[in-house]
Amino acid sequence: MKVLVPVKRVVDYNIKPRVAADGNGVETQGVKMSMNPFDEIALEEALRLREKGQADEVVAVSIGPQVAQDVLRTAMAMGADRAILIHTDAEIEPRVVSSLLKAVVEKEQPGLVSMGKQAIDDDMNATGQMLAARLGWPQGTFASRVEIANGRVEVAREVDGGTETVSLTLPAVITADLRLNEPRYASLPNIMKARKKPLETIAADSLGVDLTPRLKIVSVAEPPERKAGVIVETVEELVEKLKTEAKVI
Amino acid sequence: MTALVLIEIENGRVRQASRSAIAAASRFGEVDALLLGEAGAEVAARLSGIRKVLHVPALKHALAEPAAALLAGLAGSYSHILSAASSTGKNILPRLAGLLDAQPISDVVTIQDESTFVRPIYAGNALATVQSSDSVRIMTIRSSSFDPVAEDGGSASVEVLDAPANEGKSSFVKLDQSQSDRPELEVARVVISGGKGLKDASNFHTLLEPVADKLGAAIGASRAAVDSGFAPNEMQVGQTGKVVAPELYIATGLSGAIQHLAGMKDSRVIVAINLDPEAPIFKVADYGMVGDLFEILPALAKAL
Repeated sequence: MKVLVPVKRVVDYNIKPRVAADGNGVETQGVKMSMNPFDEIALEEALRLREKGQADEVVAVSIGPQVAQDVLRTAMAMGADRAILIHTDAEIEPRVVSSLLKAVVEKEQPGLVSMGKQAIDDDMNATGQMLAARLGWPQGTFASRVEIANGRVEVAREVDGGTETVSLTLPAVITADLRLNEPRYASLPNIMKARKKPLETIAADSLGVDLTPRLKIVSVAEPPERKAGVIVETVEELVEKLKTEAKVI
Repeated sequence: MTALVLIEIENGRVRQASRSAIAAASRFGEVDALLLGEAGAEVAARLSGIRKVLHVPALKHALAEPAAALLAGLAGSYSHILSAASSTGKNILPRLAGLLDAQPISDVVTIQDESTFVRPIYAGNALATVQSSDSVRIMTIRSSSFDPVAEDGGSASVEVLDAPANEGKSSFVKLDQSQSDRPELEVARVVISGGKGLKDASNFHTLLEPVADKLGAAIGASRAAVDSGFAPNEMQVGQTGKVVAPELYIATGLSGAIQHLAGMKDSRVIVAINLDPEAPIFKVADYGMVGDLFEILPALAKAL
């Protein structure tokens, strides 16, 4: 079975994002970019399936400008066998991403798509569900455990108030939540080896997908800032202030 | 314009987060509610502000595949389709959007008009105002941003619908529910959260529970505390966990990482208790207390 792992290049999670001066987005010039952390987890899960003998090939795919090649090289350094870049310089939304990924799935015919539950830039949490819908495949979202047996995949899902387990036919789409696994680091020899692994580039506009967004970004603004308050010395003072000043207890 | 809201039942009541989504939907016009599973039609019909309850008893476990297929069949009658930004809503609504080739809008915090919405991006470090050109607008609502409609006062009609044909691609296996007598984290008036400073799981109980009991508070945890096994996943507050905005949020033994702040910085009053006076949590706290929480928390429980 082939596993397809979509990965997104995003502002590194350790960087505090700053709203760009033009008010149309977040500053990305000169900012450290990395693979979306949820996608790393999804990739790790695919690699573990291959190591268990349940998958035979792991293919990473990214959509974006040429520089998105760096996250694909990272994916191959972690262990992906090869990579595909769907090249576009356009700003694309999950609706378009899921259409482009559907085209890749139709070409590659994977038995499983393993992807992050959301990207930490737009926080949309939609692409996996939309891709599954477009393909008519079942979905196992917010996965904290994935087990493949007898042509099905059992997925434990992190839901409000507990853990839900579902059983899906294959092929399927799973979206990784934080506690699914702890992704490996790419070793230096593997980073070197990844340079020689195949990376194919496909022009997004060759896939017959309309890239025009339906959701227009009107503006992006800083959230209202909270001001630091006062330091209290004793528990009695704290309780007193909560009662009389904040009137919250 | 008419909106449809996918609602959820918990312990025989309509979840507060669903009632917030109904409040948001009422900005667009009349509101119908869609209820999946056997129970809850009567309580749903009593909700304030509902025209009609569409009840689908056969869809017991609200699996995304049949639920989205059902919604796609109903979508033609509605201008907007909403749900709470709950795990159920986030599972089903984007799949619906995929079926309709629409772009869903997640975690809406402000509705400006029928097509213009504000939503947080980058873990709440920025707010994006977005405008949708879809014919049916599909969105999940951040419950802390909309006051819920009342649980009663209405008398909606109930229409029972059949489930779409089961394609058999997904099936429910089990639900492991976490048991708690405490209020739901996302809707509690007071939340007390613990971080790595609590040192182990037993301290979570012995130090936080007495304070939570006195205040009728829900208990939350930082991601570091959850990752260290001090508290279960569903207690995590933060961008990757639950987003809360209670009247009072008490953060203990947690530093205030960006991802945690994104989950609680809209709380009305924030109290921080931490040994490290430089911890970033003090920058957002209305009241800070520097010291040993192993002494402060028992004293606080006593003083309340």
